[in-house]
Amino acid sequence: MESLFEQVAQGRIWPLQGGVHPPACKENTSGLPIIPMPLPEVLVLPLKQHIGEGGKLLVSAGDKVLKGQPLTEPVKGLSLPIHAPTSGTVIKIEAHPVAHPSALSEPCLFLAPDGQEQWVERKPMAHFCAETPEYLVSKIKQAGISGLGGAGFPAYIKSSSLRNINYLIVNATECESYITADESLIRRSAENIIQGIDVIANIVNPNMILIGIEDDKPEAIKALEQALEHRHDIHLRVFPAKYPSGGEKQLIKILTGEEVPSGGYPVDVGILVHNVGTLYAVYKAVVEDEPLISRIVTVTGEAIEHPQNLEVLLGTPVEAILSHCGFNPGKEQRVIMGGPMMGFTLPHTQIPVVKITNCVLAPAKGELPEPQDEMDCIRCGACADACPVSLLPQQMLWYAKAKDLAKTQEYNIKDCIECGACAYVCPSEIPLVQYYRVAKAEIRTQEQEKRQAEHAKQRFEARQARLAREAEQRAEKQRIAAEKRKKAMASSGASNAVADALARVKAKKAQQAAEQANTAMEPSAQATKEEAKPLTGAAAAVAKAKARKAAQAAQQTTDQVTEQTTSDEVTGKEPSKAPQEAPADDKKAAIAAAVAKAKARKAAQGAEQTHKPTAQTDEAKGPEIQSDKKAAIAAAVAKAKARKAAQQTEQTAVSDSQVLSDEDPSQQRDLSDTHKTQGALTSSTDKKAAIAKAVAKAKARKAAQEQTATFASSISDTQELTDEDKPQRSELSDTHNIEADAPEIEEQSPLSAADAKKAAIAAAVAKAKARKLAKAAEQANDEPDNQD
Amino acid sequence: MSLVTAVILLCLLGLIFGAVLGFAAIRFKVEGDPIVDQIDALLPQTQCGQCGYPGCRPYAEAIANGDMINKCPPGGESTVAELAQLMGVEAIPLDDAHQEKDKQKKVAYIREDECIGCTKCIQACPVDAILGASKLMHTVIASECTGCDLCVEPCPVDCIDMIPVATTTKNWQWDLKQIPVKQIQ
Repeated sequence: MESLFEQVAQGRIWPLQGGVHPPACKENTSGLPIIPMPLPEVLVLPLKQHIGEGGKLLVSAGDKVLKGQPLTEPVKGLSLPIHAPTSGTVIKIEAHPVAHPSALSEPCLFLAPDGQEQWVERKPMAHFCAETPEYLVSKIKQAGISGLGGAGFPAYIKSSSLRNINYLIVNATECESYITADESLIRRSAENIIQGIDVIANIVNPNMILIGIEDDKPEAIKALEQALEHRHDIHLRVFPAKYPSGGEKQLIKILTGEEVPSGGYPVDVGILVHNVGTLYAVYKAVVEDEPLISRIVTVTGEAIEHPQNLEVLLGTPVEAILSHCGFNPGKEQRVIMGGPMMGFTLPHTQIPVVKITNCVLAPAKGELPEPQDEMDCIRCGACADACPVSLLPQQMLWYAKAKDLAKTQEYNIKDCIECGACAYVCPSEIPLVQYYRVAKAEIRTQEQEKRQAEHAKQRFEARQARLAREAEQRAEKQRIAAEKRKKAMASSGASNAVADALARVKAKKAQQAAEQANTAMEPSAQATKEEAKPLTGAAAAVAKAKARKAAQAAQQTTDQVTEQTTSDEVTGKEPSKAPQEAPADDKKAAIAAAVAKAKARKAAQGAEQTHKPTAQTDEAKGPEIQSDKKAAIAAAVAKAKARKAAQQTEQTAVSDSQVLSDEDPSQQRDLSDTHKTQGALTSSTDKKAAIAKAVAKAKARKAAQEQTATFASSISDTQELTDEDKPQRSELSDTHNIEADAPEIEEQSPLSAADAKKAAIAAAVAKAKARKLAKAAEQANDEPDNQD
Repeated sequence: MSLVTAVILLCLLGLIFGAVLGFAAIRFKVEGDPIVDQIDALLPQTQCGQCGYPGCRPYAEAIANGDMINKCPPGGESTVAELAQLMGVEAIPLDDAHQEKDKQKKVAYIREDECIGCTKCIQACPVDAILGASKLMHTVIASECTGCDLCVEPCPVDCIDMIPVATTTKNWQWDLKQIPVKQIQ
């Protein structure tokens, strides 16, 4: 038994399984010489003309370029440059529909030829054998050569493989109907193609070089035989014509009997396949130092007066080619780029010729079978017989129709080469390939989504880890700081003593206040109790009793204080803002004062409550007047705060309705940008604004309450809020029914205790919240409308 | 006598098996719930929270604990089908509340001249796809954006748009309705 290699060497041919025999229709152009196409008015050069990535632009609009000058340079990945096909001026660079079945636009460079055909400097090199493979590969890459057979895979990547290449196969098959571009090229330039083969052989150093050609091109075969007369290292293999023996994997099977594994590349079995057009381009690039700027295009079809093979500059619009060859469009005229089996219909004739365009076909009506109405699959199995890859097309169709992508993959839909043989033989006129293309695209999308999901998950987890780490670091920092504080406290015993003394004084004061409250007038107690009720409503019984006492005391003190408190005190504290605000609106001020009073009362209440427990534990007594004065100050400042907050709310409300003229500019600046924009947004709907205003007011009031409470407690110097105070606070937030927002405001209030600006921000935040609530409310209103 | 022997023997056996099982329970303990991982692998990982859980993994845990499988709009019907297969339940259509309005894939886009640099969107982004710093302009890294929508709501100036991903020759899908044949002059 001979080895496979020996069998190949002896010229054995492995006939193609499956395949079809569509009418060749090559006689129109097969005997004709290649004619160079005259310069068109404009060349449209897509920046990407192959599989992979486009290059980086090197020129800009208005630049003069020479023939063969690179217009882009390759970037990372499967990237190739493009070159100026002729000398001229770059008109513009913009999106233009390209040669793709989708007819989507991609960036293209528009070049106006100047007709001088002025070349860039070239360095022809007849003796490439002395060059290193790396140099030759880079030369092929810089010349922008991609596979000219149809797929457009960058040629340098194929050739630069480090694997051992057993066979170098030259694809001269050209199995698709109508196309004679490769055949005419072989007839014209067989010698040059052989030189191109030598360049590649020089790079990859194969054990055997095979040229595969179908037997329906006798003239091309003769030309090759002549060129190979004295060459015994290159073997010509002629085999019967059958579609699609020109497919890369099919040709490998025919010539070597080897099968490329599913999902693999020919390189995996040590085989390299190049098209004759590609090899001619390699010859041009290496020997004549001409980049890939033109290609042979077969222009044929019954709607063409003079079918011929043209040497066309890349970027030539199809329209120019058609008019050059005499185009008689019929009714519902189609123009196909590529062959009848694998080509695609062009959306219009402005599409430019690119590196993969081997044919422009303009069939007359009835020349090609028209797409018929699709019928049901009768499971005749003709498609399975025709399939050159030995797949089961009817099963794949079944699952592709059912969108069962997993099952289609089980039937190896990925190995489908989309040759269209199955659709060609189908008696039910089912466009099988279309179904496979859709299914394949969906599989691709799904895989991509899976990759993206995995990526997103990783990022999400990384983020979670980062957040956890940050939180841990923060906690650690706080712990260290707390320890430091403790240490400092322990080291300075004196300060402790002072703190103790202070606490004693406080307790004394509180006791005084409590006593005073007890002896206070009885009638007011009733009223105060009722006022305090909503606030302390659900508190425990004991807390209630205490609160009542506290309220009485507070009532007394605040009554005194509010009478005394004038705007003078407020201006003393906030000289820049308050005085301008106060006269602005009397009524507003009055409301503010009223609200502030309530605030102050509540604040005092809170203060009293914190006093109480300490008072119970400490019996010491202090000067009455001092306590009164302090409480008064607390109340006054609290009032100022409350008023400011109220003003803020008012102000923003006013700004909502666009009356900004009276406002203090400094006050306005205090409002964050965010807030302003929100204001503008809210003003869009009056109703929304009204709701927002109302809710914001409520929020502001709450914020003010919180502030005064904390402020009062800070005055009283109690380090922590007592247990009694806390439930009351939560009670407060409950009564306002804004539980969700409470924590945030609570967080902010200790900070803002001494700072009016912060109060403004608090108000702003409250407003933002209000806006959101209003929005939500409106959405909720809208939704039922939508449903209607 | 034989009765006593039998009882002792059974007790002994019981003890031995108990010890073996106890050992195995500790030695071969499975960390975490493998079914959660499997469910998590099927979810689209947009971390959008449209299911009502704060991310895909919490929802995976909820499904493992018996929640409905039809609450994932980004995953769509195909995810529901896969989940149904994994969980051995019947595939049900997407929940009305979680019905996706339009299926087109979108990415967030920040109108950069309107951005005030509040960092709220950065905090909201579950995949750290927004770049920026406090009081400086932010921008979205489009290739990392999952289109989850979570950054749109927190923006105080409403400068974030969800824009559909443009169709290019790379992500274009073959359509069964071929390019319409039209008259070429």
